[in-house]
Amino acid sequence: MNDTKPFAITLDVGGSLLNKTGSWRTERPVYLDRLPPCNDMCPAGENIQEWLYHAENGEYKKAWLEIMKNNPFPAVMGRVCYHSCEDACNRVHLDDPVGINSVERFLGDQALINQWKVEPGKSSGKKIMIVGAGMAGLACAYHLRLFGHDVTIFESSSKSGGMVRYGIPKYRMPNEKLNAEIHRIQDMGVTIELNTKIDDVIATKEKYGFDAVFLSIGAQNAKLIDIKSDQSIPSLSAIEILRGIEDDVATGLHGHVVVYGGGNTAIDVARSAVRMGAKSVKVVVRNSQDKMPAHYEEINEALEEEVEIVPFRSISEIKKGQLILEIMKADGKRSKPTGKFESIEASVVVQALGQNVDESLLDNLTNLKLEDGVLEVDAHMMSAIEGVFAGGDMVPSERNVTVAIGHGKKAARNIDQWLQGKFQKPSKKHEIADHSMMNTWYYSDAPRTIRPMLDVVRRQSGFAEVVGDLDETNAAFEARRCMSCGNCFECDNCYGVCPDNAVIKLGAGKRFEFKYDYCKGCAMCATECPCGAIKMEPELI
Amino acid sequence: MSHQQVKFYQTGTLTVGNRLLDKEERTVQATIDRSNSLDSGHRACQGCGEALGARYAIDTAMRETNNKLIAANATGCLEVFTTPYPETSWTIPWIHSLFGNAAAIGTGIAAAMKVKGKEDVRVIAQGGDGGTTDIGFGCLSGMFERNDDVLYICYDNQGYMNTGVQRSSATPGGARTATTMPVGPEPGADFDKGKNVPLIAMAHEIPYVATASIDRLHDLEAKVKKAMSVRGARYIQIFVPCPLGWGSVPAQTVNLARMAVESGIWPLFEGEHGEITSVTKIRKKVPVEEYLKPQRRFAHVVKNPETLSTVQEIADRNIRKFGLLEEQE
Repeated sequence: MNDTKPFAITLDVGGSLLNKTGSWRTERPVYLDRLPPCNDMCPAGENIQEWLYHAENGEYKKAWLEIMKNNPFPAVMGRVCYHSCEDACNRVHLDDPVGINSVERFLGDQALINQWKVEPGKSSGKKIMIVGAGMAGLACAYHLRLFGHDVTIFESSSKSGGMVRYGIPKYRMPNEKLNAEIHRIQDMGVTIELNTKIDDVIATKEKYGFDAVFLSIGAQNAKLIDIKSDQSIPSLSAIEILRGIEDDVATGLHGHVVVYGGGNTAIDVARSAVRMGAKSVKVVVRNSQDKMPAHYEEINEALEEEVEIVPFRSISEIKKGQLILEIMKADGKRSKPTGKFESIEASVVVQALGQNVDESLLDNLTNLKLEDGVLEVDAHMMSAIEGVFAGGDMVPSERNVTVAIGHGKKAARNIDQWLQGKFQKPSKKHEIADHSMMNTWYYSDAPRTIRPMLDVVRRQSGFAEVVGDLDETNAAFEARRCMSCGNCFECDNCYGVCPDNAVIKLGAGKRFEFKYDYCKGCAMCATECPCGAIKMEPELI
Repeated sequence: MSHQQVKFYQTGTLTVGNRLLDKEERTVQATIDRSNSLDSGHRACQGCGEALGARYAIDTAMRETNNKLIAANATGCLEVFTTPYPETSWTIPWIHSLFGNAAAIGTGIAAAMKVKGKEDVRVIAQGGDGGTTDIGFGCLSGMFERNDDVLYICYDNQGYMNTGVQRSSATPGGARTATTMPVGPEPGADFDKGKNVPLIAMAHEIPYVATASIDRLHDLEAKVKKAMSVRGARYIQIFVPCPLGWGSVPAQTVNLARMAVESGIWPLFEGEHGEITSVTKIRKKVPVEEYLKPQRRFAHVVKNPETLSTVQEIADRNIRKFGLLEEQE
């Protein structure tokens, strides 16, 4: 047989696939998922980028189910969360952050309208006792049901919902949404015993045979200071007033209302007073307005409603129907008295200076004590007593609803692991997707859809919800503003821009693969990836 | 208007694909079954703009002709890196001619198909800027003037890159090449020389002429599609950055094409029968420095304020002449 080659070459005639150009490479592209800054910031640990991805496509139920993996209260949180996610959003470098909170609210409401449900897990035979039906307790109960554990919540008040019900006025949080989301958790088989104050945790645990305990009684006792007073003006506590509004009992707010304190509770009382027909509402704070701990959006909305902020003042004395204020001046981060005084007109003074944890619960728990007013827990949310976990406002951390929901989830996961006999190591966090890792040229210009706001006059005269809803068209639009930082959204850029056809498209939802036999390592894919989901790594030679 | 930009939906039509767009608005390159006319294993440099441009254009033409396509290829980089004997990276019928006669070969193939009654088989002739604007220019002009049924695609990398980066008539003013070194009082290529072949093609009043860039895939594909929808002589010149000849980082190839478009250096337009029928607007205007700086061939241009402003004037003139900016609302 004649196997001589044509001309003077030794190769067979064929396609260029014989030529493995991958050997040219000194760096290789690798697909990776980076942690979007919104997810990183979320105290409830929501996978925001993931649920926005489903919402972009109009797959609202799928999006909602993704939220529900971490947070059983999308309709509540879409209203009262301070959305630190939006403060972290990379889109701010283009135009405005994505309105994550509005989309969450839209999804939460869709779930209530369509009665979407989540099924509890297969029964484990374990029983957990929870003290306090606030957000932390309810979130913990929900997650424990997902694991299949039986849950009973003991609540001392006549209604569940904790500070979301008793501390947040209706114009921010309508009751029917809160009730519906709590019912959904009850429908999963969670028992809530209302009007039941627990005096002895261990005795109750033993009596009913609970396997573990989660304490989440919050911080509900108002911190009050002694104001020198001739009793000519009544002095009230903010937390009692907000409770009174919820229970429809007389609050004593009237005439010229002066609120003392700069936190969210102070603003809530001030804005409630506007709605209840107060002649004027002033918020007195010791420092400057920009040092107030209340959320800036709430302060702005209060100012629009003609609440007046009186900075650099402290309340000194109540005398002959007048409120005497001492003028303060800035002193570094704090403020100090000047010895100068002025007086203002006031019909009622409201103290909103923070809240303490009710210590009486711990009376029968000999090993547990409050330190600096809070209960110490370990990295697994477990207290000094084995099997007794705690979370929410009563443990050391920032006090807000989202943190409480995050605590509930974390505690539930740890309780489940503890019941199985071993805590697992938390998985390592991915690298954060910084906007410098992205190619933002590709994102369309699209300013933020601002949720419609009730006009000021309507707000001042009632407790109607202030922030309106997105509808289906603009909710999807808002979701589509998400840049999917650090996570492939299948834009096909890598597949398209490779000059060597060295990227394989695996099909919708399956992403891509590199053909390392042919990839020359030019890094065009990594450079042109809008969301920063490709990294170049040195080739080990 | 060949391509209407979709503005919303996350990335609109700016990325290669977008799951939120209607099927018919998606690109050929985003499909899983694109023909990959120019396959892996070719020997182009890392980050080659020409290899990318050729796959973009030919895959689209394949889709538009139901894969009934023959290509004639002039000598040049594209021919050399795809077909070192005995390998080929082409998955379509493909013929290498000489440096200067790709247009004439295309004419011949089209005539043969007509004689055989196979007019559904379409013909593309292609080459680099050297083979098109210099060496093959006579044949090209003849093909235009006879209105032969061929789409000629010029992949413009602004020089003879294959033979060692010499100047062609498509090399821009100021650029350093092996034959226009940055020495003397007027360093780099002369500013008052060179030719604009798309406009010359339009002067032949042929049915379709367009310029395209590898950074605007939707626009590029729409132009090839449009070209394949008409008969007669057609011409598309695609801007394809060359990391080797331009002294740029391979990863920056698409970005350089983008900066050329966004600065006004490379105007994107379409013409039919001698008249300009559409222009692609600049999205976010940038100064020419953004385009020049990443290229070593322009290092001396960027350093000299006078030459820099000369280049800026060229870009501004393009913007004015073609109306490249969106009108202020």
